[in-house]
Amino acid sequence: MSRLREDQQARDRVAQVARDSYGRLLAVLVAPTRDIAAAEDGLADALERALARWPDDGIPANPEGWLLTVARNRLRDVWKASGYRMTEPLDEIEYASTPLDDDMPAVPDRRLELMLVCAHPAIVPNIRTPLMLQSVLGVEAAAIATAFAVAPAAMTQRLVRAKKRIRNAGIPFVLPEREDLAERLPAVLEAVYGAYAIDWQLAPPGAPIESLSAEALHLGLVLAELLPDEPEVLGLAALVCLSEARRPARRTAEGGFIPLDEQDTKLWDEVLIARGEALLQRAHDYWRPGRFQYEAAIQSAHCTRAKQGKADLNALRKLHRAVLRVAPSLGAAVASAAVDGEIDGPEAGLRALDAIGDPAVQGFQPAWTTRAHLLAEVGRPAEAADAYRRAIELTADPGVAEYLSRRLRRMTC
Amino acid sequence: MRYCLLMHYQEGTEVGLTEEDMAPAMAAFQQYADDLSAAGVLIGTEVLESVVATTTVTARSGAAEIQDGPFGDTKEKLGGIFVIEVDNLDEALKWAQRNPANAWGSIEIRPVARTYAADRGWYNP
Repeated sequence: MSRLREDQQARDRVAQVARDSYGRLLAVLVAPTRDIAAAEDGLADALERALARWPDDGIPANPEGWLLTVARNRLRDVWKASGYRMTEPLDEIEYASTPLDDDMPAVPDRRLELMLVCAHPAIVPNIRTPLMLQSVLGVEAAAIATAFAVAPAAMTQRLVRAKKRIRNAGIPFVLPEREDLAERLPAVLEAVYGAYAIDWQLAPPGAPIESLSAEALHLGLVLAELLPDEPEVLGLAALVCLSEARRPARRTAEGGFIPLDEQDTKLWDEVLIARGEALLQRAHDYWRPGRFQYEAAIQSAHCTRAKQGKADLNALRKLHRAVLRVAPSLGAAVASAAVDGEIDGPEAGLRALDAIGDPAVQGFQPAWTTRAHLLAEVGRPAEAADAYRRAIELTADPGVAEYLSRRLRRMTC
Repeated sequence: MRYCLLMHYQEGTEVGLTEEDMAPAMAAFQQYADDLSAAGVLIGTEVLESVVATTTVTARSGAAEIQDGPFGDTKEKLGGIFVIEVDNLDEALKWAQRNPANAWGSIEIRPVARTYAADRGWYNP
C-alpha cells in the first residue's frame, strides 16, 4: 500500500473513532473530576497525537483504549502540575500510566451520567442541549451556535460558564436512584428532543452540523438502550426514528423543500419506520402515555400513507389534541389547525388558526404557511398571496423560501 | 465538598410573628440540626440576629464607613447559615430542601472555596 494511502487510512480511522466514540471517551474522562473543559482538551490532544502517530505506528487494535490512555496521561500531567483538587485520589481512579498495549479493557459507557449532568436542574435549561451536543457528540461550539442562531462568541461563553459551574458547584457524575432518576429524566428527554428539533436545514450546506439529525437519532437510541423500560424514552426514540425516516424525501437534490403530503413515500426509510414502530409499540405496552409517545404516534399516522395511500386523519386529530393538552406549543396548535382544515374543510382550519391566542403566532412561519394554504383552498388568492409573502419573509431557509415562492406565483398569475 | 446553606427570608418580627408563632419552626430546626448531625455532615451553623442589630463597615469609597443595617437592603435577609460537608451538589440540594426555612424563604447553596484553621492556615476544605 502506498504511503499516501496509509496516511489517509489512519486519518480516516481517527475521524471515525472521534465520531463514533467521542461521548463515551469524554464521559469516562470527565467522571473523576467533573471538569468537562479539561477532559475535552485532553481528548483533543489525544486525537491530535493519533493523527501524528497512527500513520507511522499503525492503527492500534483498540483505538478507543489508546485514545483514552493518552488522554488520561495528558490530564494527569495537567493535574499534577496544578495541584488539582479531586474528589478521588489519582490512584483510585486508575490513572496509573497504563501501557499502550492492545488488550485494553473496553471503554465503559458513562454517557447517561454525562447526559444527566448536562440536564441537571442546577444548569439553566437553554444551555442543556448545546452542552449535550458538545460533550456527548463532540459538536463544535461554532456549529452549535449556527444551529441555535446565536453568535459563536456568545455560545462559547455560555458553554464555558456552564462547564465551570458543573465543576465548581459539585454537580455529581453519578446515576441517581430509581425514584430520583424518574424526576430527572424529563429534563434529559427535553434536551435530547432539543437536539432533534433544531431546524438543521438552517445550517449552510457543508456545515459540520448538517448530518447531526442522524446524531440526534443516535442520542435518542442510546438513551432507549440505557433505559429500556421508560415509555417516554422509547417514545422519544420512536419519534426521532419515524421523523428521520422521511428525511430522504424531504428535499429535492437541489435542496428545495417538499411538503409532507407531496413526498415520494418510496424514498421513506422502511427500516427506520419499522424500528420506530417497534419502539412505539414497546412504549405503548406500558400504558403510560406521554408527550413523546403522542408525538411519535403522530409521525406514525403520517407514515401510514406509505402503505394505505392516505394519512390517518382522525387518529391525527386525536393525537394533536392530546399533545396540546400535555405539552401545549405554537407548533402543536398550528399543526392541529391544519388537520382541522383537512377534515372539516379550510374554513374550519382558518377558524382554528384565528383561535390561537399566543401573539407569537404573528412571527411564526408555519402559521402563515398554513394560513396561506387554507386561504388558497377557499378561493381567496389575494389574501393567500399576502400570507405566502409573510411566510417567505419569516423563513431563513432558501429551500423553503423557494417552495413558498412557487406557491405564491400560483396565486398571482 | 463543603457547602454553605445560606438561609434568606423575611424576618419573623417584620411579618408580625410572635415567639409563640415561631415555636413550630424552632422545633423543626431542632430536628433538622439533629438530622444533619446524626448524618455526620454538619460542620457548623449560626442563626443570625435580626438586621435591626446588624452593622456593616466598608472602606470601598476610600474612607472608613460604618453603616447601620445590612449590606443591600432587600426584603429577604440573610438569616443564618449551615455549613455542611457532603459528596456533591445533589446531596447538598437534598439537605437544603429539607431546611425548614425552605418553606418560607429560600436557601442558597454555595460551595465553600477556602477555609481557615489556626494550625493549617487557609486551605481547601
